[in-house]
Amino acid sequence: MSTNHAVLAHHFENLEQQRETATFGMWIFLATEVLIFGAIFTCYAIYRLRYPLDFEAASARLNILIGSINTIVLLSSSLTMALSVHATRVGRQQMLLTCLLLTILLGGTFLGFKVVEYYEDYKEKLVPVLAFDPDEWTKVEGVEAPIQPQHVQLMLVFYYIMTGLHAAHMIVGMGLLIWLVIEARRGWLTPVRYMPVEIVGLYWHFVDIVWIFLLPLLYLTGTHHPTDLHF
Amino acid sequence: MSSAITTGFTPQAKARPPRAPGENYLNVAFGVKSWLLTTDHKRIAILYLVTLTILFFIGGAAATVIRLNLMTPNGELVPADTYNKLFTAHGIIMVWFFLVPVVPTVLGNFLVPMMIGARDLAFPKINLLSWYVFTIGAIITLWALLAGGVDTGWTFYTPFSSKYARTNVIPTMLGIFISGFSSIMTGLNFIATMHTMRAPGLTWWRMPLFLWAHYAVSVIQVLATPVLAMALILVGVERVWGVGIFDPELGGDPVLFQHLFWFYSHPVVYIMLLPSMGITSEVITCFARKPIFGYVFIVWSSIGIAVLGFLVWAHHMFVAGQSVYSALIFSALSYLVAVPSAIKVFNWTATLYKSSIAFETPMLFAMGFVALFTMGGLTGLFLACLGVDLHVHDTYFVIAHFHFIMVGGAVMGYMAGLHFWWPKMTGRMYSDFLSKLAALIIFVGFILTFLPQFVLGYLGMPRRYHVYPPEFQVLNVMSSAGASILAVGYVLPLFYMLWSLYAGKPSGPNPWNATGLEWQTPSPPPPHNFDETPIVTTGPYEYSMEESALVH
Ligand code: HEM
Ligand SMILES: [Cu+2]
Repeated sequence: MSTNHAVLAHHFENLEQQRETATFGMWIFLATEVLIFGAIFTCYAIYRLRYPLDFEAASARLNILIGSINTIVLLSSSLTMALSVHATRVGRQQMLLTCLLLTILLGGTFLGFKVVEYYEDYKEKLVPVLAFDPDEWTKVEGVEAPIQPQHVQLMLVFYYIMTGLHAAHMIVGMGLLIWLVIEARRGWLTPVRYMPVEIVGLYWHFVDIVWIFLLPLLYLTGTHHPTDLHF
Repeated sequence: MSSAITTGFTPQAKARPPRAPGENYLNVAFGVKSWLLTTDHKRIAILYLVTLTILFFIGGAAATVIRLNLMTPNGELVPADTYNKLFTAHGIIMVWFFLVPVVPTVLGNFLVPMMIGARDLAFPKINLLSWYVFTIGAIITLWALLAGGVDTGWTFYTPFSSKYARTNVIPTMLGIFISGFSSIMTGLNFIATMHTMRAPGLTWWRMPLFLWAHYAVSVIQVLATPVLAMALILVGVERVWGVGIFDPELGGDPVLFQHLFWFYSHPVVYIMLLPSMGITSEVITCFARKPIFGYVFIVWSSIGIAVLGFLVWAHHMFVAGQSVYSALIFSALSYLVAVPSAIKVFNWTATLYKSSIAFETPMLFAMGFVALFTMGGLTGLFLACLGVDLHVHDTYFVIAHFHFIMVGGAVMGYMAGLHFWWPKMTGRMYSDFLSKLAALIIFVGFILTFLPQFVLGYLGMPRRYHVYPPEFQVLNVMSSAGASILAVGYVLPLFYMLWSLYAGKPSGPNPWNATGLEWQTPSPPPPHNFDETPIVTTGPYEYSMEESALVH
């Protein structure tokens, strides 16, 4: 009774209701997120259909190796996140901490790779405004390719907005995970009070799913060769 | 209707903290801190009320200068670019910083938990956060509008906004972007609250129509607002880096922006309108002393509006170069969206039929709502008709159309709601005479302001110009004269409502003899709304004509 009351907020009738409400709130938030990513996916799709060759050419230059590694890293982090939820519900504190830290580690790895990748893109002159060479795209093997540099630029702009938005969500997620670690170390995440882990878990999985869409849209659109596999 | 309890939780009521006699949400704590750090939904509603009232009068000031300028054909009062900044400021403030939030955050915040018999919204802290987020957004935008201004119009059409405009586009959009999150938070809170926190016995089909309207609105807020956020981000990126997302010279498509913008902004007109429809249903039943006619139809029409409202956005773009086929489809769908609106009007009328009507102030406003909204809706059908729209697009006809709906409709409904629940919020009655006078003045002033604009638009006067041919002057002077009457009507409530706080008669818990859980508790309500969890055993409008609506 007393433990229940410590975690039951004043405006709820009972714990069941409180849990249901919290999880439900997160689902509604995710609906919002779907629409924000949906809007940019739609814009991307429109231009992708309008300028197919330019988009493929730009896509072929993105770093498929880092993109693939990051996909694996992120999917693994989903596993550790799911295990964290499980650990909380069965009350295994040590496993919970380990899994949370692993998730943070994997998320950090993803972001680290992303930074490296952006830097590589910069060196490859794939950053509109900052480092971009229009001539490079028109003079392919001496022939006037039907590729317009400004359309390539459009594709790259979308690449940065989409991956940037995704990375921003990852950073928020890392913050939430760190908060969970603090809570876990104080012993506040128990089978009675597992919602925080579950809710952050929902968010984390959502961000992972977004990446599952980003990978084919951005990286797999163009043709890559084995020689492209480098950092 | 079954009496089964389907609230999703066991109704073993948790003991509520005991309350000192006479303690209510206003006198439970004093001081600035007790307001700025409150998580009580009722206090947050008051915070919003104060903020939004200020913003309403700022937006109104811009409108006043616009109407003054249009008194003469040459527009002697302000130069053209100032005029552009004025109508932009007016539109932005009135849409995003007044009408979109006003009913949900003031009346909705106050009433949603009370109507479902809960102690608070599902996420009280998020509720408070939403006020801060909103206020920060409002301050940024206001600052941008005052320090230099913006001349793109509230619609931010590209490539003007993204490339050519040399005004404060980015900070203005930033403020709107930020305040959008507060809109999402409010919607999220309401949906979660209605799903999980209804009192025992309050099934979905026993919910007051005010709640259903807010449910529909919340869905729109959650699903449409993020699209606007994305559109604003894209314009911002293009403006800062010049990368041509919407710039045709660089392969971008300016019409794409219009699609994104109206995908949000058509549904948003229903965010502004639906809550006032909910208010009207409450007020009309109370003062007609009759159960609402066709409850289920009104519920489904709210949901229908929310769904169909997402499918008509391109009727704002008939002349923007879309294909004939898509124009055709969007035209047809726009006709369809009028159906649920009409259903509501028929049901309100049928409720009034053979009832015993008490012409109290809220009722006057509610009836004004029905009349003016009907005219706005019908002229919407004119605009949805392709051939007519080619003629009147971007003229004063469109201005008149949406002002009939947004001012004559939504603001009128808000006034009805504010007057209806003011005694509940404050425990005081305002002046009967002055409030009825205000309702009358607003109605007359409104008609005089906006009816001539239909004619002006039909004769071909375009919107957004600060000069016009001399033959339009008579109608413009009529409109400006009406606007000054309207202004009196809006300032009046400010005085008698504030006055009621000092000198108003105590209202008692239920001055209108209304049904609904919010009236079953003292006015102003105790901090936890109800002394014990109410149990609902009947539908929402158990009125009978034998009892009068006059208790006070
Ligand atoms: C009965 C259903 C309605 C129909 C069929 C309808 C139709 C239209 C059409 C076709 C336009 C575009 C006219 C043009 O730009 O040439 C329009 C403009 C507008 N409508 Fe409606 N409308 C309806 C209801 C509403 C409601 C309920 C609201 C607000 C609460 C509203 C607010 C507006 C606004 C703000 C504009 C102008 C936007 C701008 O260009 O700045 N309409 N309407
Ligand atoms: Cu519309």
